[in-house]
Amino acid sequence: MSTQRELDDLVKAGYEAGFVTEVESDTLPPGLNEDTIRFISAKKKEPEWMLEYRLKAYRHWLTMEEPDWAHLKIDPIDYQAISYYSAPKKAGEGPKSLDEVDPELIETYNKLGIPLEEQKALAGVAVDAVFDSVSVATTFREELAKAGVIFCSISEAVHEYPELVKKYLGSVVPHTDNFFACLNAAVFSDGTFVYVPEGVRCPMELSTYFRINEAKTGQFERTLIIADKCAYVSYLEGCTAPMRDENQLHAAVVELIALEDAKIKYSTVQNWYPGDENGVGGIYNFVTKRGDCRGDRSHISWTQVETGSAITWKYPSCILQGDDSVGEFYSVAVTRGWQQADTGTKMYHFGRNTRSTIVSKGISAAHGQNAYRGLVRMGPKAENARNHTQCDSLLIGDQCGAHTFPYIEVRNPTAKVEHEATTSKISEDQLFYCRQRGLKEEDAVSMIVNGFCKEVFNELPMEFAVEARKLLNITLEGAVG
Amino acid sequence: MLSIKNLHVNVEGKEILRGLNLEIGKGEVHAIMGPNGSGKSTLSYVLAGRDGYEVTEGEVIFEGKNLLEMEPEERAWAGVFLAMQYPVELPGVNNMTFLREALNAVRKGRGEEELDAVAFMKLIREKAELVKLPEKLLKRSVNAGFSGGEKKRNEILQMALLEPKLAILDETDSGLDIDALRVVAEGVNSLRSPERSFLVITHYQRLLDYIEPDHVHVLAHGQIIRSGDKSLALELEEKGYGWILEEEAAA
Ligand SMILES: Nc1ncnc2c1ncn2[C@@H]1O[C@H](COP(=O)(O)OP(=O)(O)OP(=O)(O)O)[C@@H](O)[C@H]1O
Ligand SMILES: [Mg+2]
Repeated sequence: MSTQRELDDLVKAGYEAGFVTEVESDTLPPGLNEDTIRFISAKKKEPEWMLEYRLKAYRHWLTMEEPDWAHLKIDPIDYQAISYYSAPKKAGEGPKSLDEVDPELIETYNKLGIPLEEQKALAGVAVDAVFDSVSVATTFREELAKAGVIFCSISEAVHEYPELVKKYLGSVVPHTDNFFACLNAAVFSDGTFVYVPEGVRCPMELSTYFRINEAKTGQFERTLIIADKCAYVSYLEGCTAPMRDENQLHAAVVELIALEDAKIKYSTVQNWYPGDENGVGGIYNFVTKRGDCRGDRSHISWTQVETGSAITWKYPSCILQGDDSVGEFYSVAVTRGWQQADTGTKMYHFGRNTRSTIVSKGISAAHGQNAYRGLVRMGPKAENARNHTQCDSLLIGDQCGAHTFPYIEVRNPTAKVEHEATTSKISEDQLFYCRQRGLKEEDAVSMIVNGFCKEVFNELPMEFAVEARKLLNITLEGAVG
Repeated sequence: MLSIKNLHVNVEGKEILRGLNLEIGKGEVHAIMGPNGSGKSTLSYVLAGRDGYEVTEGEVIFEGKNLLEMEPEERAWAGVFLAMQYPVELPGVNNMTFLREALNAVRKGRGEEELDAVAFMKLIREKAELVKLPEKLLKRSVNAGFSGGEKKRNEILQMALLEPKLAILDETDSGLDIDALRVVAEGVNSLRSPERSFLVITHYQRLLDYIEPDHVHVLAHGQIIRSGDKSLALELEEKGYGWILEEEAAA
């Protein structure tokens, strides 16, 4: 009945975003040196200070080594074999009005279910579409501008809002932070910039859709979101890439800054190409995401649904500096086929009465390996700080693995940390029970998995919760041995 | 409706059913009794299509179709329902969601329209009332943390909802208090119809006071060794299985 064959089918089962778009592109030959960085900077007509920042990062990067502490098996990455810049030719100087965007690109996003024409767009969602190294379109900008919200590509922000960029870029994730963040600081190509001014509640969901298209390229995007005092913004990113045999590197940096009484909600639905049934190809998703609750009573909430990538290495974190600030991390990470994930969060409690919540749901199927790694640090001044961590693993089949690595450091006696962890397995009993009631096996699996992930899906904006559920169902189709 | 001929079944290489024969006609209620470990649950699992039960000989025909070739869910669509001796817990899966998914899956399998949310709510309230299942249990995870009796009632609720042609009740009476037993039996009786057959596995005559069987069978070491009407159950209640086993050994 449910046998190896079905399992095999599943593993081969469609990665629906795996197509390639035929566009002419400007692609830098593989290789990395100071000239590469000067080229990228020149291409973007960046001011001198930006180039200096990149070069400083690059020189520091040369002194660093790749981290090897994660629970991951990674083939060595040849940084000279990657192309660090690729842009569709017609994109030219960055996003402009939609009529000027190559119809092939608009079609690509349509196929992915992200219509860029405003009249067709999801109600109340503005999109920044990043294709390989450049932002090709940003929708609803005028409407947002009326509310005073800045939503544009980071390349534009460097030109148009240099003071904001200078003030905040690298202020949460300094270029010296880690190997991949440092590389990103040197070569980042594009990404999204958001600024929500004091007292403004952003009138729509903001989103960025990242697409890797060109072969042998890396994507190094940089996202910077600032919510000024009493501001609110909800932001979502989605990611896909074509199926290719080689591993492609995606090393992004995301920085969030929330000032007094501000709230930022950041959601990710990550569906990079995971590699084929033999574990060949797929995206290396090495990402540094960190939010700084700089002001009192500020609030940063990360929600992530990670279903793609050959390897995921990311720890969206919160620095809780402001008193009474709140950090949250809700995560669903799925690994199947030969996927590996080492993901979790870090909650640094510095301020008084700071609170953090961590809900992590790891699902492993086939040969998937899933590790939760989380740090909760209560600093000496974190009076009455609280953390609650709930970390659940679900295993499907018996060749996969789940691992939990919680790190807890408490330097204030009034702080409280709670950690709960469970591991469960979808049992033959449960599947038979569901099938006896008429459900197909894959529907039974997705029902059980959806039940398992409910707490996290509830955190996603509604339209995206529906998408995430669908994505999860496709990902786990037939995932039973 | 159901015809089982010379059924031999191995579990983990051991022969558990050894040439079992049973005919169930439309609208009939059959009770199966028998000592612990005699193969009653095994029979119910084989009929429902559970993995790990290897049929080495014999056939099972249900409504003219070879039941043994069908997947478990196909059997459910065709109208086979098994109320399990040990209902399974599905933590995180909302009971109401489960019931709706199951009903719609079965309806789809039967080529019927799926029910919309409103129609479903109306139906489920009605059926829950029938088995006196408190509504709060509909909002919890399927069977998770349910008491033994609550689990059994939830099984009967599912049966009432899915409207099977053949309902197999494996010790649905065990773990029920006296009132619950009556509620469950009334639920079953209200579902009795000329179109619907029941296979009731039980150890106790008590259930059969409420659900009157047309036939009673004794299953021992993998075969039906005695069949009779409801008086057989009374006799067993009084004398146990020893005398039949002895008579059989002597024969
Ligand atoms: N998965 C299994 N592995 C090994 N033996 C099994 C398995 N399932 C059933 N058996 C054995 O098959 C025999 C019949 O079991 P079954 O559960 O069908 O009995 P039963 O008549 O339902 O008993 P009870 O009245 O106690 O419910 C028992 O000896 C049991 O141990
Ligand atoms: Mg039994």
